[in-house]
Amino acid sequence: MTTVTTPQPRPEPPAPRGTGDPFLSVRDLRVRFATEDGEVRAVDGLSFDLERGRTLGIVGESGSGKSVTNLAVLGLHDPRGTTVSGRVTLDGQELLGAPRKRLEKLRGAKMSMIFQDSLTALSPYYTVGRQIAEPYRKHTGASRHRARQRAVEMLGRVGIPQPQRRVDDFPHQFSGGMRQRAMIALALVCDPQLLIADEPTTALDVTVQAQILDLLKDLQRQTGTSIVFVTHDLGVVADVCDDVLVMYAGRCVETGTVRDILKTPEHPYSWGLLSSIPRLKAPVDVPLRPIPGSPPSLLDPPPGCPFHPRCAFRDEVAGDRCATERPQLLLTGARGSACHLDGDRKRAIFADRIRPALGRRPEAASPAAAGPEGPDADRTAEPEADRTVADEPAAEPEADQGEGNR
Amino acid sequence: MLRFLVRRVLAAVVILVLISAVTYVLFFALPIDPAQLSCGKSCTPQNIALIHRNLGLDKPVPVQWWDYVSGVFTGRHLPLGNCPAPCLGLSFTNDTPIWSTLMDRFPTTLSLGVGGAAIFLTVGVGLGLLSAWRQGRLTDRIASAVSLLGQSVQIYFIGPLAIFLFADRLGWLDAGHDPDWSSDPVGSLSGVILPCLVMSVIFWSNYSRQTRSLMIEQLSEEHVRTARAKGMGSAYVFFRYALRGAMGPIITIFGIDLGSILGGTVITESTFGLHGLGQLAVSAVLGTDLPMEMGVMLFGATAIVAFNILIDACYAFIDPRIRL
Repeated sequence: MTTVTTPQPRPEPPAPRGTGDPFLSVRDLRVRFATEDGEVRAVDGLSFDLERGRTLGIVGESGSGKSVTNLAVLGLHDPRGTTVSGRVTLDGQELLGAPRKRLEKLRGAKMSMIFQDSLTALSPYYTVGRQIAEPYRKHTGASRHRARQRAVEMLGRVGIPQPQRRVDDFPHQFSGGMRQRAMIALALVCDPQLLIADEPTTALDVTVQAQILDLLKDLQRQTGTSIVFVTHDLGVVADVCDDVLVMYAGRCVETGTVRDILKTPEHPYSWGLLSSIPRLKAPVDVPLRPIPGSPPSLLDPPPGCPFHPRCAFRDEVAGDRCATERPQLLLTGARGSACHLDGDRKRAIFADRIRPALGRRPEAASPAAAGPEGPDADRTAEPEADRTVADEPAAEPEADQGEGNR
Repeated sequence: MLRFLVRRVLAAVVILVLISAVTYVLFFALPIDPAQLSCGKSCTPQNIALIHRNLGLDKPVPVQWWDYVSGVFTGRHLPLGNCPAPCLGLSFTNDTPIWSTLMDRFPTTLSLGVGGAAIFLTVGVGLGLLSAWRQGRLTDRIASAVSLLGQSVQIYFIGPLAIFLFADRLGWLDAGHDPDWSSDPVGSLSGVILPCLVMSVIFWSNYSRQTRSLMIEQLSEEHVRTARAKGMGSAYVFFRYALRGAMGPIITIFGIDLGSILGGTVITESTFGLHGLGQLAVSAVLGTDLPMEMGVMLFGATAIVAFNILIDACYAFIDPRIRL
């Protein structure tokens, strides 16, 4: 997984880090909506790669362009008033501008999507079984009977009790967690190689959330599916993702492995995200620090760095560059952030001012400040300090767990 | 389902009893003495008293009403003639039972109503679907314009126009005559086509616009997007997912329109010179045939209430979340 944000007009940035062909490759993706008030740049020059069997977390506030990116990849955006440019290739096949019929053959078969709200994302008019069997029949040409068997099998695989009986239920007869499982069964019925999960657990309570995440991880181990996991919950990111892409105002502001982002984040926005998570073991007298302000209007984004109006560190950059010059995403390998602060300054600020307030032990902070190799040093120093309240306790992962799956 | 039907039929009976009571009060609130009407110009007070007794008008009003309502189920022996089981009284103008006249006229109205509804649902919903499918394109605008045309005309305006053009000039269609389905189905069909078409025009625009906006709303629903994310084809998604969701509201609108359809048939019958319930009601009002007016009103109300129950039952077939 690598990411680059390009200077405006450059048509095709080079794919960094040669690790063979990525399974999903997004280059300079731009999505614009024409609205009555003007043009909204929902996604503005986003690039990333996803290799087979890996999970990429896309993190950001509401309205940062996460969902729009994924809908554009699948070609599910509303064609009226939406302009999409850039390149999206899946297994070497260009998706943007591909004929509708070809996309319909890929959707649900090779790439599929899990939506956030399974109550509205499943049709109330058809049985769960029929909705799962439908894409299977279409993509494999299976008989009605065989497709039904497959639906039963999938419901069983995602842990629905008595699938033989529940297959004929309607979505409203399922509980929220079961519906989300059915949604996953639907997305996985044709063994897709790319699975896009758009906040699949946001609407669920934490115990069900943990079950769903475990289920996704299991299924990934079995099938080697690549997953794009959209969320705004860093606890979930720590649990399931290998790599993380932080989005702000339609752009990538920071990217790296899950360890990079959670242990040594470099962008002030990522710091803000981390600081606004409540932690079980943090001292109770240290208040949470939400990011002040709200995301910028994408109709009229602020000049320079889109985050500068909310950034507490813009004064650290000389000449007010944050308000005038847009920072580029500078990559070292697959790691990088788009910020005018220079590398040492960023590490120093994080070590001295951000990290202590996160409630981690101060001595664990210093090795992290030493340099990019730092993170490994504190692996033992803070085994469970990252535990977030949002995670359910039993299946609580450490931030490092992603490493174990590689 | 059975419980639903029983409950709804009981409720309908209550409604109909109330309607009959109200119409009966209207009957007596009118500044017309029924005895005076049936007696004619040269009338003595003795005659009027006799007629009062004959018609049962000397009894208290609630008792009269009860006689009337029970007569519907049991039939009555009235001094002016026998009135068999569904007895709604005898006509003032020709002393024949109201029910048999209603049954005589009902096929015309039913043919107009059913035929007209079938046409306006097909055309209106069809135009709406076409608009939604080609949203924002030229087809959408043409379809919207065609349906808008329907809204800006009236039956009594396009009726004669249509007779002139299609029947007199072009000779394509019959100018309209009362159907007799059992003895002449083909002739009946050709007789009602033009009236049905004309009546349907005024309903087009409402259905096409409602269908268009319902479909556009449905097409942006998340479950429809899921269907597309599964790789289902656009036409499949359009008809199987979006239309399925739009059907409920369309049927609701249809249920609300039942009264207007009955009203539409009245005007259409007058325009085409057909002898249906509407025309019967008009002539009953003009001739102050009070039992006939009441009979048509009660019959129309019963028909609308019955169709409403049918429509509510339809919801259960369309939406599995509704359990009757």
